Amino acid sequence: MSEIFTIIASVSLWVAMVRIASPLIFATLGELLCERAGVLNLGIEGIMVAGAFAGWFAAYSGMGLWPAVGVAFLTGMGFGALHALLTVLFGLSQHVVGIGITLLASSSSYFAYRLALPEVTSPPKIEAFATWPVPVLSQIPLIGPVLFSQTPLTYLAYGLAIALALVLARTPLGLAIRAVGENPTSVEAQGLSVAGLRSGAVIAGSGLMAVGGSFLTLSAFNSFFFEMVNGRGWICIALVVFGAWKPGKAVAGAFLFAAFDALQIRLQQTPLGAHLPYQIFLMLPYLLSILALIVTSRRASVPAALMQPFRKGER
Amino acid sequence: MSGTAPKSRPVALRLDGITKRFGAVLANDAISLEVAQGEVLALLGENGAGKTTLMNILFGHYTADQGRIEVLGEALPAGQPRAALDRGVGMVHQHFTLAENLTVLDNLLLGTRPLFGLRLNRGAARARIAALAQDFGLAVDPDARVADLSVGERQRVEILKALYRKARVLILDEPTAVLTPQEAEALFATLRHAVAQGLAVIFISHKLHEVIGIADRVVVLRHGRVVGEVAVADTDPARLAAMMVGAEIRSPAIPTVAEGAVALRLERVATQGFHPDLVNASLDLVAGRITGLAGVSGNGQGALAALIAGLAVPVAGRFQIGGRDIPDWSPLAAIGQGVARIPEDRHHAGTIGDFTLTENAVIERLRDPRFSRHGWIDWRAARRHAEGLIYGYDIRCSGPDARIRLLSGGNMQKLILGRALEESPAIILANQPVRGLDIGAVRFVQERLLAARARGAAILLISEDLEEVMALSDVIHVISDGRLSPQFPRGSMSAADLGLWMAGQGFDHAA
Amino acid sequence: MRLEPIADPSPMRRVLPVVIALAATVILAGFLALVSGSDPMAVLGLIVKGAVGSKFAALETLNRATPLIFTGLAIAVAFRARLWNIGAEAQLYAGALVTVLLGTGALPLPAPVLIPVMALGAIVAGAAMLVGPALLKLRLGVDEVVTTLLLNFVMLLFISMLLEGPLKDPMGMGWPKSAPLLKEARLPRIVSGLRLHWGFGLALIAALAVWLLDRHTVAGFEMRAVGAGETAARFAGIRVPRVVIRTAVLSGGLAALAGFSEVAGLKGNLTLDLSPGYGYTGIVVAMLAGLNPLGVVLSALFVAAIFVGADSMSRAAGVPTYIADMLLAFALLAMVLALTMTRYRLRRA
Repeated sequence: MSEIFTIIASVSLWVAMVRIASPLIFATLGELLCERAGVLNLGIEGIMVAGAFAGWFAAYSGMGLWPAVGVAFLTGMGFGALHALLTVLFGLSQHVVGIGITLLASSSSYFAYRLALPEVTSPPKIEAFATWPVPVLSQIPLIGPVLFSQTPLTYLAYGLAIALALVLARTPLGLAIRAVGENPTSVEAQGLSVAGLRSGAVIAGSGLMAVGGSFLTLSAFNSFFFEMVNGRGWICIALVVFGAWKPGKAVAGAFLFAAFDALQIRLQQTPLGAHLPYQIFLMLPYLLSILALIVTSRRASVPAALMQPFRKGER
Repeated sequence: MSGTAPKSRPVALRLDGITKRFGAVLANDAISLEVAQGEVLALLGENGAGKTTLMNILFGHYTADQGRIEVLGEALPAGQPRAALDRGVGMVHQHFTLAENLTVLDNLLLGTRPLFGLRLNRGAARARIAALAQDFGLAVDPDARVADLSVGERQRVEILKALYRKARVLILDEPTAVLTPQEAEALFATLRHAVAQGLAVIFISHKLHEVIGIADRVVVLRHGRVVGEVAVADTDPARLAAMMVGAEIRSPAIPTVAEGAVALRLERVATQGFHPDLVNASLDLVAGRITGLAGVSGNGQGALAALIAGLAVPVAGRFQIGGRDIPDWSPLAAIGQGVARIPEDRHHAGTIGDFTLTENAVIERLRDPRFSRHGWIDWRAARRHAEGLIYGYDIRCSGPDARIRLLSGGNMQKLILGRALEESPAIILANQPVRGLDIGAVRFVQERLLAARARGAAILLISEDLEEVMALSDVIHVISDGRLSPQFPRGSMSAADLGLWMAGQGFDHAA
Repeated sequence: MRLEPIADPSPMRRVLPVVIALAATVILAGFLALVSGSDPMAVLGLIVKGAVGSKFAALETLNRATPLIFTGLAIAVAFRARLWNIGAEAQLYAGALVTVLLGTGALPLPAPVLIPVMALGAIVAGAAMLVGPALLKLRLGVDEVVTTLLLNFVMLLFISMLLEGPLKDPMGMGWPKSAPLLKEARLPRIVSGLRLHWGFGLALIAALAVWLLDRHTVAGFEMRAVGAGETAARFAGIRVPRVVIRTAVLSGGLAALAGFSEVAGLKGNLTLDLSPGYGYTGIVVAMLAGLNPLGVVLSALFVAAIFVGADSMSRAAGVPTYIADMLLAFALLAMVLALTMTRYRLRRA
């Protein structure tokens, strides 16, 4: 047991937690934005792959790191636009379209990767974001090294979470997005465009998912490899439910999940880990997500019009 | 013919030659009308007369094939939902357009600030709402969640929404359908108030007495055309009715039928999980009798209908069919006990839109030896059954293989009715059986129900239309907040008396 | 813009959107060939040749189609009842796992008994994998999309754990793979000498059986009714929870048969790369077939042909093999759109 306490007391665990949580925060907020507007976006897994690839490829081709993040964002928006076209304008099944987008986004990323680097066996590396301790804040004991000695993308994730929470709660746009997820006719009757709001939310949200993906290649690791997203997108969907569709709670969920993930990696190194197969530890995050869904299932805060296509003139 | 506003007052809204075609259907045929400031214009017409299409064109949800619209003398651009709102046209829809999980304040603010503005400015809005509520007698708590409001309060929010946007023309679509007669009076008072301040009001309805009570002028629509326009002072309900349907309306004749035994009995029954639930409800359905249930929508009709349909079980009290307690109550048990069910929502509960007429015709009886053996369906028998219903109930369709979605509401209802009545049921639950149907289908449905009564069926007729309940029922119960009134024999109560019960008065003494 | 249902679609209207969707997929294939620096016509020709150009190629396509028929059927029956089973991959591996557990010597039975017992065991395991999420959906309202998706990862890790632990083949030279099945546990070939096993025959029988169930039985009717209108189905006396569970058993069982047939018919042992995503590709297969059980056979053959053809083309022309996945994902989206456009038209307001 003492090893576990040592692990929990170590700063490196908590630094790792923030690093693991960062891509999840981007993607979870992106999914949350889509779902608050009434659209379930199952394209998230593939869009994260596409973001990871596009961001990495842009940096590999000589772009700066921030422009590379922008490229990832635009790539995500492109797939979001396709999702919105099919689910919002044509009202197709959000399940089927989402799965289709995931397949399309991930396969086209792999296709493009193979096209660009036909013969490479070990993926080429790039110069990724370096950690940049925030002046003053990083000097705060305990909190400073954990929260404020990260890469700039992580700080962007913090800012994004705060911004999204404020926009949803305090601005006319946020009100309209919440309303369109609750009852599209309320929005239509007040002269706003249901299709416009939903498409906008899906496109912007998909962009965020892709930025989350690009965190993996531009900040967490420094190259792109197959299966690197590895179900993180699906975890984010569970986190949105766990967070009861609230940005703050969803981010808290991402940190909780990441803490656990960081812990299991370290537990593998302990004598306990030597006795148990490592797969047990790798399974835990997924099982934990399922458990979180079960625990939070009774909450009734799901947007009332989630997954309900809106067709003008039909009631 | 066209409706012309009195020349003395400025015209608030003018529709000129509006025409709209959907495929082969001419929904609006050169409709012209005007409403002046300070005037209440009633737009009268049956279902399918073209009222809804006209309003959708006004609000830019459809664009007209021809015609123009002017608001306060300026032409309104077509197909722009915002335009009508910005010019001061406000609409209170029959189905409320409120986001239930948001507060009243947020519902009012929605769409009134520049979308990409930084602040909602809730404080200033709150002050304006208080002033408006004061001026028009529309008290509502701005911080309440809409889901927690009563139907009457929600309607007030809808009206406030229009006034908050500085509406100069207020359009109300069937606004009293969800109100008690007394609440309707309060609404009328608000409207008179609004008119006195110079608003123009268009009041869409098919209830003749109300139209005469509130409107200055009446424009009658039929088959998408304006067929008449009269000042209220110069007309009466009978003449309006004749204009509306193109013929005299006859109330169906109700022959005397010998009543039989109690077919279904509720004794102090309660339900769980509805809003509101039934409390202490007692009711007898007697063979050869139509029992009418009057009440404002959302007062427990849903719970009672679900209970009788088998979708809910009693959590207290006794529930008997044919004098016996029923232990395992379910839709299947209800069908097995000979309860015919005509659901309120024919599109979702009554039929499956993507299934064929045949499939919908046999869905309740598929396990019956007539239609299947050892789990194998006899489609030929099912088709024959459907063809029998098509013929016997005059269902207009391309055949038994037509998808139900493509049928009109009336024909859909005929299928549901036929499916239920063909089994000679002992008990019939008819929940809003004629809502939204045109006059021909209304008559057809009512006649078939009366025929079933003559055969000895015990019928429960649930309707929010008090006139319909009073016209057809042998006895009437009123439902209010989940409580059932004692039973009143036909003719023993006036509409006003029933209205008091609908508003919840009388229950305290009776209990 | 809004969608308007078409009352009586003309034969043209029913066919044209589907033709356009397929044509668009072919055009995309040509475009991808072009950006890969190859001649589009040559690449298309190589795909066709690689899929059906020789007896070997055609048999390879049929073998590849076999698991896809099973997973396609699994998805079709589930989606028809609006049970969003995205976990066919996990159910497939559950079936494969039981097949290996029973077929490597645990049951000393002759082939005619052993093989049905293995199939049945696989069905039970696959069904169990989906009944759990179905129960969570019914009892607690937990979205089955996420639970079935996450279970795919759990299952793969579980298999990996077993293959590196108790199930590891001692003769496997350290590779994480199971011991081979007994000879009695292998599915025989349909025609001796041809590399096509009875799993393919079983898949065809399954498709026919599901079609009969769907169209001609009360149970199938109830499944379709629950999917097409749950409220109306409940109102009409159909016991919805029971039907959902029944659907889960059928769907999970069919997906598990894919694992059974791959292990017992083709591979003979269990490895972690038994399925290159047949569970997910089953979604494409089912949607391309419009969820029609007989259509699943055709679309599985089509999808298998593209995979096999693209593999062979890739070796010859150097266009990355991921072209197959891209084309199928595109075809999936184009086809669901096309199927909607056979019944609706887009109109200005």
